[in-house]
Amino acid sequence: MEITGGPLAINIEQMGFRYPDNEKVSFANLNLQIIRGTRFGLFGPNGAGKTTLMNLMTGVLPADEGSIKLLGQEVGKKNKEFNKLFGFVPQDFSFYKELSPAENLEFFGAWAGLNQKQITDRTNELLHILGLGDVRNKPVEKFSGGMKRRVNLAIGVIHNPQVLFLDEPTVGVDVQTRTAIIGYLLELNKTGTTLIYTSHQLNEAEDLCEQIAMIDEGKIITQGHIDDVLQEHDHHSLEELFINLTGKAFRD
Amino acid sequence: MFKLWTSIKKDFRVLSRDKVGISLMFLMPIILVVVVTSIQNSTFQLVAKNKLPIVICNTDTGKSAEQFIESVNKIGMFTVTQTGKDKAISIAADMEDQDAMLGVVIPPTFSADVQKRAKNASDKAMAAFSGEDSLKTTPEAEVGLDALTLYYNPVLQESLRFSIQGAIQSALQIVQTRQTLRTLYYDSNEKELPKSLENEMLNSNTKINMLPVSKDGTRRTPNASQHNVPAWTIFAMFFVIMSLGGIVVKEKVSGSFIRLKTLPTNYLVGLLSKQVVYLLVTLLQAGVIFSIGIWLFPIIGLPPLNLPSDILALFLVTLVCGWCAVSYSICVGIFADTQEQSNGFGAISIVILSCIGGLMVPSFAMQGLAKTLTNISPMHWCLEAYYRLFLENGSLKDILNNIASLFIITVVIQIVTYWGLKRKNLI
Repeated sequence: MEITGGPLAINIEQMGFRYPDNEKVSFANLNLQIIRGTRFGLFGPNGAGKTTLMNLMTGVLPADEGSIKLLGQEVGKKNKEFNKLFGFVPQDFSFYKELSPAENLEFFGAWAGLNQKQITDRTNELLHILGLGDVRNKPVEKFSGGMKRRVNLAIGVIHNPQVLFLDEPTVGVDVQTRTAIIGYLLELNKTGTTLIYTSHQLNEAEDLCEQIAMIDEGKIITQGHIDDVLQEHDHHSLEELFINLTGKAFRD
Repeated sequence: MFKLWTSIKKDFRVLSRDKVGISLMFLMPIILVVVVTSIQNSTFQLVAKNKLPIVICNTDTGKSAEQFIESVNKIGMFTVTQTGKDKAISIAADMEDQDAMLGVVIPPTFSADVQKRAKNASDKAMAAFSGEDSLKTTPEAEVGLDALTLYYNPVLQESLRFSIQGAIQSALQIVQTRQTLRTLYYDSNEKELPKSLENEMLNSNTKINMLPVSKDGTRRTPNASQHNVPAWTIFAMFFVIMSLGGIVVKEKVSGSFIRLKTLPTNYLVGLLSKQVVYLLVTLLQAGVIFSIGIWLFPIIGLPPLNLPSDILALFLVTLVCGWCAVSYSICVGIFADTQEQSNGFGAISIVILSCIGGLMVPSFAMQGLAKTLTNISPMHWCLEAYYRLFLENGSLKDILNNIASLFIITVVIQIVTYWGLKRKNLI
């Protein structure tokens, strides 16, 4: 199913990629379009290639063939200014654990192209929104998993990106933190930020995503608006659909 | 510049909270400098001021053996203890009992042999005086002297053993010369050699003045501190690899590097900031270690470190050496896949570089391939420059060649690092 309905945040055409030492996770002639301003979920079993696809869309990995465009610009053209357009919240904690949230945001904000005043303003705003104001000057290594997840998210959005990639942003957190993070992402989307999200929490994905794609073994097995996809496959939940399309066998 | 400045602040904060890394970079080298200088100083003291205990077992009854023992005493290098004649076989046990590093067994025929040899030399001389064929006298080989045996504790270093051997040899020479003179005098005059003449003939040796050379003509006597503090300061600077190499690997393999790659800033900015921060660390290391040499050493009984007169030259060579150490650490960090690899390779490689660089064995003592290899060690060029400044009181022009060589090695390391970054798709 081809997605239509607006200017594209991501446009992948005939993309091919293969790890030199791993034949299993690879893509061939992959096509994927993500509409600007949407909340897009990318799902699949372990090892399906979700993180690899995220890394390809953000230019961390270079595609072997085809083209990947982000907001109309080719990814991986070594134009560092282009990287201001998007933010990335990796699955791993991607910050310096020795530093405090404020110090991390100062460093990553500067690297994202903000000046000192912008960094100060955004730091105050984000730490307040994400409930980290009281611990702004404490080293992150002493934080709980949920607090670390919120720091990870704050760094990804410090520069107000137009497209935000989120690789399992709520893994290992409690219900309160998950609710807070999802709530914040929904607010962020209302300001026009495109969300591209992966997770194994499919019930959470139903709350967050409008558009979805399921991938397995480097191929997109279904995609479209979440309601349309469920209707097309005659399922009531993403979990049922997921099991139906990818099977019950272990994948890792 | 703002990005670089915030990166410098970040790297400084990360370093300042890494207590293990700081200990490795400051505490360990300081302990190393103090310990090595103390040991080296003890060795100097052992030879120059303290005396080496020596056990002598005299199995001879003649006068020459007594004269030999007296000569050994007069050298001033040994504390002589005599043991019984029957202890020749078990002298090792006596050495252990008396905590002596050396033992000498004088053979029973020692005095007779010395006399035989003296008589032989005298006969040759008399024959030569009278125009007879000196070959008619007993050939030297037929005298057949028994060897004097010198036992030593294996902990004595080879260089010290050779010094001891030389000292014992000179004592033997005095005994032999005295006996030869007496015999010759008696053979020609048929009366005893007067004591005053004997002393005059034996003690008229030309004295040796030992003077250190220097670039500025000053005669500053080198000591253990002047030798060791500069050498181990270089080692300390290269020790930053234990912190910096690991930090580069940690950043590279952690999730933060993925994020850094997606931000609109080149990772080279990050590496530049690390160079600035750790270059300051190396300068601080040198400052701390030199300060310890100047102010702490005299308090703990070690000779003080005297700074060279050309402080600018000292600063420049330290700066370039520090930059080289930092560049090398980053290079290892870029190529290593794990912190274990970086730490293991880093530690071993700096020990190898210090060996071939002359920190452990003087490079002037090296031969062949080892001598050639010294040129590839940045530590060699830095050590040579430091010795010119600290020991010869040289100036900037005397070490320009060393600074240039260090600079070239650093640039080569930077190029290799850049190639590694490209090859690993890190920039």
